[in-house]
Amino acid sequence: MAGSPPSAAPVLPDGLVAVVKRDCPTCVLVAPVLDELAARGAALTVYTQDDLAFPLTAVPVADDTNLAVSWHHGIETVPTLIRVKDGSEVERTVGWSRSHWEALAHVEGLGAGLPEMRPGCGSLSLDPDLADVLAVRFSGSVLRGRRIELAALEDEMEATFDRGWTDGLPVVPPTEARVLRMLAGTSRDPADIVAVVPPDLTAVTVEQVAINAVLAGCRPEYLPVVLAAVEAACTEEFNIHGLLATTYFSGPIVVVNGPIAQRIGMNSTNNVLGQGNRANLTIGRALQLVVANLGGGRPGRLGRPGIDMALMGAPGKIGCAFAEREADSPFEPLAVERGLAPGVDAVTLFAGHGPTAIVDQLSRSPESVTRSIAAALRAHGHPKLALGFDAMLVVGPEHGRLLREAGWDKVRFRAELDELLMMDVDDIVQGVDGIDEGMPASMAGRRVPKFRPGGLQIVHAGGDAGLFSAILGGWVGGAKGSTPVTHPVTDIPSTVPSPPGGPA
Amino acid sequence: MTVVLDPTAGKVGSSIETAPRPATIEGLTIGLLDISKPRGDRFLDRLEQRLTEAGATVKRYAKPTFTKPAPVDLRHEIATNCDAVIEALAD
Repeated sequence: MAGSPPSAAPVLPDGLVAVVKRDCPTCVLVAPVLDELAARGAALTVYTQDDLAFPLTAVPVADDTNLAVSWHHGIETVPTLIRVKDGSEVERTVGWSRSHWEALAHVEGLGAGLPEMRPGCGSLSLDPDLADVLAVRFSGSVLRGRRIELAALEDEMEATFDRGWTDGLPVVPPTEARVLRMLAGTSRDPADIVAVVPPDLTAVTVEQVAINAVLAGCRPEYLPVVLAAVEAACTEEFNIHGLLATTYFSGPIVVVNGPIAQRIGMNSTNNVLGQGNRANLTIGRALQLVVANLGGGRPGRLGRPGIDMALMGAPGKIGCAFAEREADSPFEPLAVERGLAPGVDAVTLFAGHGPTAIVDQLSRSPESVTRSIAAALRAHGHPKLALGFDAMLVVGPEHGRLLREAGWDKVRFRAELDELLMMDVDDIVQGVDGIDEGMPASMAGRRVPKFRPGGLQIVHAGGDAGLFSAILGGWVGGAKGSTPVTHPVTDIPSTVPSPPGGPA
Repeated sequence: MTVVLDPTAGKVGSSIETAPRPATIEGLTIGLLDISKPRGDRFLDRLEQRLTEAGATVKRYAKPTFTKPAPVDLRHEIATNCDAVIEALAD
């Protein structure tokens, strides 16, 4: 549905046009110069941004207190002096500079008694308190989404719950100003199609993803990561439809690699899978809100089944994203292992949940800690099942240090793990140990790996202290379920706003 | 008054009408779709027996995996060759 049409850019009158504000000392300083220009016969129009009583005597003051002229004509500094011919701008100068003003106005001897030059002030149209309102007022055509008016007596937060837009937690109401600000986080066109989102197979636009990123509480600089995550989730290999519909616990987990993680303030250290970091929590949440609100994949509630048939689900399904701790990792980053160049910003989507703790506080050698980790991994899903369920192993820094100091890289660690994760089917066949569950008798006598090839992802994350690692349990792996997908994060504008106070 | 943008795809829930029920199954071709969950075949074997006794011709189909929707070709094949289909979920 079309948004409101953009307001047309006001045409500037021919001759000289000045834009000023009373609040700017340089503008007040040049007021006599403007009078002088008018007195010397120039066709001059002076727009004021704030005060219609701007002190001029020889020329009337034109009203730009709604800032339409300033916004449409890109005024960044006041005073700005523009020469206009046949309705088009020919040249402009900003601030006060005698030589520039004289050259532009084709006169000499301007502003006797004034200094040679004086810098101007910021245009009111760039005031941070006004910029969003003006963008909404003057660029209405950018947003195509359906506008919904919340009634004056309606509580905004309650309204979003009433309309079914939330995941059970409050969301940020997606006003036009907030959505426009969010869209500044990507250089992609708001109308671009990002992905076709199951289960309704909705082709969703950058704008629609941005609206849900607002709901989730994202900052604009997170948006490229959210867009990459949506793209990766909605691939045939990742199979978000099946992940959504399964009775199993898992949901999409987003692992972020590359310099963007630190730049947008993602957490890769203490409490990396926990609460407290806005980027980690809202990026994963935005993806899940896209699936729910745009894909139609809502969970059931209060006994009514939805598309999400999870028996119990997992807390991380509200959204789960984290950054890999790359700086002192014994391993190459996950995205590099999966084929991208070092230093490329990337997301890797994994169908999982968790974490499950691996405790080993006594190992002081890489061999010993690897055996501990393997023993825990062998129990993943069920100690008597192999080849079915994927996993992501999160190696904690204190465990990782044992590997790094012994010179074990990821290839070596994987080789050791692979051997330790081989299981004799005879030990785990159905019925053994008095447990009906297990591997089928038809596989008796064989030796099989716990995980399918490619079914175990390994990353490094967590704080400095604590001799633990963790397993993020995965869903059915491979073509029968979900295959992890890595996508680069792209279309980051050169002027992405920084988080307040810098990276966390 | 606050104006917000609709975060949904704007689709209104619709109901899907079921196909007319056959008065009898005698002489019909019934498709049995196994979604590939463990032991779903046991349930379908029994259904095939009962349906055959009742005079129906049974065709068996299976999805490649229960985790993904049935491929379009498979759905088309069932729709082309069968008068009715029974889909079984089992564990």
